[in-house]
Amino acid sequence: MLILSRKIDERIMIGDQIEISIVDIRGDQVKIGIRAPGHIKVYRQEVYQAIQQENIEAARSAPGVLPSLDKLLDKKPPG
Amino acid sequence: MGTFQAQTKPFGSIEVDERQKLLFPAGLLGFEQLREFVLLDAEQAPFYWLQSLEVTDIAFVLIDPRVFRPDYSPALGPEDLAEIGLQRPEEALDFAIVTIPADPSRMTANLQGPVVINKEARIGRQFVSTDTRWQVRHPILQELSAAC
Repeated sequence: MLILSRKIDERIMIGDQIEISIVDIRGDQVKIGIRAPGHIKVYRQEVYQAIQQENIEAARSAPGVLPSLDKLLDKKPPG
Repeated sequence: MGTFQAQTKPFGSIEVDERQKLLFPAGLLGFEQLREFVLLDAEQAPFYWLQSLEVTDIAFVLIDPRVFRPDYSPALGPEDLAEIGLQRPEEALDFAIVTIPADPSRMTANLQGPVVINKEARIGRQFVSTDTRWQVRHPILQELSAAC
C-alpha cells in the first residue's frame, strides 16, 4: 500500500480525474474531500460491507414458506 | 422463447419461462460469482423470489419497496442506469431484498442496496443508494402501518 503524508488543504491525485483533498483534521477524525467523475462510485467502506452482510443474512434466513403480510398486520396493534 | 426446468429453493424443480431469466453481470454484493437468476412470483404477494440458477440454495425474497414506502426512489444517477442499459429511472424495476428472521413480524427490507432491473434487456444490478434516508434494515410492518 502506498502511504503519503498530507497536511490540511493538500491534495492527492489518482490518475488525472480523481482528486482527494484533506479538508480538516480534528483529533482522530479526518475530513476528506473527493472529486471524481460520475461513473466512479465512492462510498464509505462500512456501507458496502453492511449491504454484503445483509445479503448474506437475507439468503441464510429466507424461509421455505413466506409469511402473509396481511395476517401479520392484523396481529399487530396499530402504530 | 421457450421454457426450461429450474431448480428452486422454495418450489423445487419447476418450469420457468425464459423471459423470467435475469443476468446480473456483477452478481450481488457478497455473491459476486452468481450471475444467473430467475424472478418468480412468490406464493404470497407482494413478495417475489430471486432464485440463483447456479446455486439452488441461494434465493432472495424481494419486495417492491413502494408497497411500504410510497416515497421510495433509489436515487440513481444516469451513469448507474447506463450500467444496466437504461436512460430514465421510470424504465427501471426497483426491488428491495427482504430479510425474514425467525419472528417474521420483524422482517426488514434493504433500501440502501436496491436491486434494479432492466426488464426489457433482463439485466439486473444491486446498487448502493446515495440517499441517506435509506438504510439496510427498514422494518416493513412498522413502515407499512405508518403508510396506511
